Amino acid sequence: MDEHHWINSTEPFATAAAATTTTTTKPLLPFSRLLISGGAAVLVASETCRRGRLLLLCPSASTASPAFCEAFEMEKGKDSRNTFISTLGNFARKCLFGILSVGPIPDHIAFIMDGNRRYAKRRDLEKEAGHKLGFAALMSILRYCYELNVKYVTIYAFSIDNFKRCPEEVKSLMELIREKIEGLIREESIVNQYGIRVHFIGDLELLDEPVRLSAERVMAATAGNTRSVLSVCIAYTSTNEIVNAVHLACEEKWDEFRILDSCGGAYGLTRYVGNGENGENFIGLEDIERHMYMKVAPAPDIVIRTSGETRLSNFLLWQSGHSLLYSPSALWPEIGLRHLVCAILNFQRDRSYMEKKKKIL
Amino acid sequence: MDGLVSSLLLLLLLLLFGGVTSIWPYQSLKFWSKILRLISRLSNQSPNNTALGSDGFPEQLRRELMPRHVAVILDGNRRWAKEKGLTFIEGYRAGFVAFRVFVGICVQWDIPIVSLFLFSSENWRRPQISLRTYLHASRSNRETNSEIPELGVRVSVIGDTCSLPISLQELIKETEKETEKGTKCHLILAMSYGGQNDIVQACQGIATKVKHGFLEPEDITRPLVEQELQTRVTNVPSPDLLIRTSGELRISNYYLWQSAYTEMYFTTTYWPDFDRGEFIEALLSFQQRGRHFGRN
Repeated sequence: MDEHHWINSTEPFATAAAATTTTTTKPLLPFSRLLISGGAAVLVASETCRRGRLLLLCPSASTASPAFCEAFEMEKGKDSRNTFISTLGNFARKCLFGILSVGPIPDHIAFIMDGNRRYAKRRDLEKEAGHKLGFAALMSILRYCYELNVKYVTIYAFSIDNFKRCPEEVKSLMELIREKIEGLIREESIVNQYGIRVHFIGDLELLDEPVRLSAERVMAATAGNTRSVLSVCIAYTSTNEIVNAVHLACEEKWDEFRILDSCGGAYGLTRYVGNGENGENFIGLEDIERHMYMKVAPAPDIVIRTSGETRLSNFLLWQSGHSLLYSPSALWPEIGLRHLVCAILNFQRDRSYMEKKKKIL
Repeated sequence: MDGLVSSLLLLLLLLLFGGVTSIWPYQSLKFWSKILRLISRLSNQSPNNTALGSDGFPEQLRRELMPRHVAVILDGNRRWAKEKGLTFIEGYRAGFVAFRVFVGICVQWDIPIVSLFLFSSENWRRPQISLRTYLHASRSNRETNSEIPELGVRVSVIGDTCSLPISLQELIKETEKETEKGTKCHLILAMSYGGQNDIVQACQGIATKVKHGFLEPEDITRPLVEQELQTRVTNVPSPDLLIRTSGELRISNYYLWQSAYTEMYFTTTYWPDFDRGEFIEALLSFQQRGRHFGRN
């Protein structure tokens, strides 16, 4: 039993049942129940077939790695092959999302994409290949999230601490990021398909010129989209975000104060907050939140970190005070529909418990 | 191949379960989930290997990998009491017994800093009766904690203590003064504490300094913010390990800034049942993790 995997493998089904029990208000007819369980079974069957094909294609020799990458990307990417299984899989997935939507769906899910390099090492691939496979997994997860009508998705792409890694790795990672950012503006990308507005969150001054320019281009190009929001945290740490917000809040108040002081009207700015001292506390919670990079999205409902590690690594510290933390032991390229569904079922079970608790409170 | 096998097993289980739900009404599913939760709780209570060495230090743990700062969210007193059919106040009393045992273990195993989250700033929204029982229990237990100075423990209390009753505030000041010289362990109790409030009050302190000309806005850096947070009472404000009991998977506005790189450990045991064996499990899990701080 993997100690990092808090949720036992048999529990998801109990939570599935409990969640749908507590959240559904009208009982379903026996025939529809059979249909739903049949649909779910077909979905699992199609995912099993996919994984079986992938595993058959996976040799341990690194010379076959490009073929593996291609096959992986094809499996995870858009189902351009009109096979019976993939159409059935899509239909079953829609059924499953319909069932899940009976209960509360989170507004905002955050992902910490951990485990690309470990996955590459396990499959005897290069580290860059691991990151490419991670990107393919990201696209499929985003697709599932937006099909489920999750309005805000945040991903932790690159931390300021990651700049301390070896320079070749950072350079290749930046190149990959730039290439994928450019891919977002293309016509057939997921951004246009689902009307996603993209924000790049973090200290963009720390990035190289080409990456920063492509990021700004994408932000401008998608500024008109309103259906959903994707926040990509790049050159980001939460402590940096908070310090920056404090900095800006102080500057703003300092400017206001200077202007008022110069025309003799400073005395109205001091506000006494009852903490026992006569403090001139003129910065509050709202002032700091207004200057945060993440003001474009509400607080996350679920924070999912793959590879079984249970830490936040300086990601959304301010915002995740009340978020559910979910940590499957799968590595990021291995993440699939079942992990997302488990997370949402846990959220629904948690949400009904929190509602009950709030009623008692 | 193992992925294929597990997927097939999942499929079989799903078909079985799907078949069953088609026949039985939905109400029976609540019963199923209760059974499964009971089974998992029973399996968690299997006897742990709590073998201790001659100096009282557990054999499976390595001294050089022990965390310097352990933070714990003491959750589940009321749920524990409800399960046992006791009142809330008895639940809190059991919680304080567990707290005393825990502090004793930390002193024995030389953990220099221990933070405990007793009371959140959000808990003020609870009904008055619950608050009164909690504060009464904490006061009476604090008074009987005469053995804490003898253990060499230094106690600090962080949080918005001004909103607590006056008698409790005075007791806190007394305890802090008495235990100032303690060197074995630094116990930080968070009462009426909120992570976001902590950061805001640090910002207010910085803003006041900027306003009075002691600082320029450009001087605001990460170490400066850390110096202004309430955890400045210690020189290691960031916990290495954060333990939360009772199965909730969240931080609930406890240490936010400080827990940037903290390893988190969640357990479904309620706080009154959190004993030496459970703590060894948590520390074992911590010692097996690779901490990179984003660097590699």
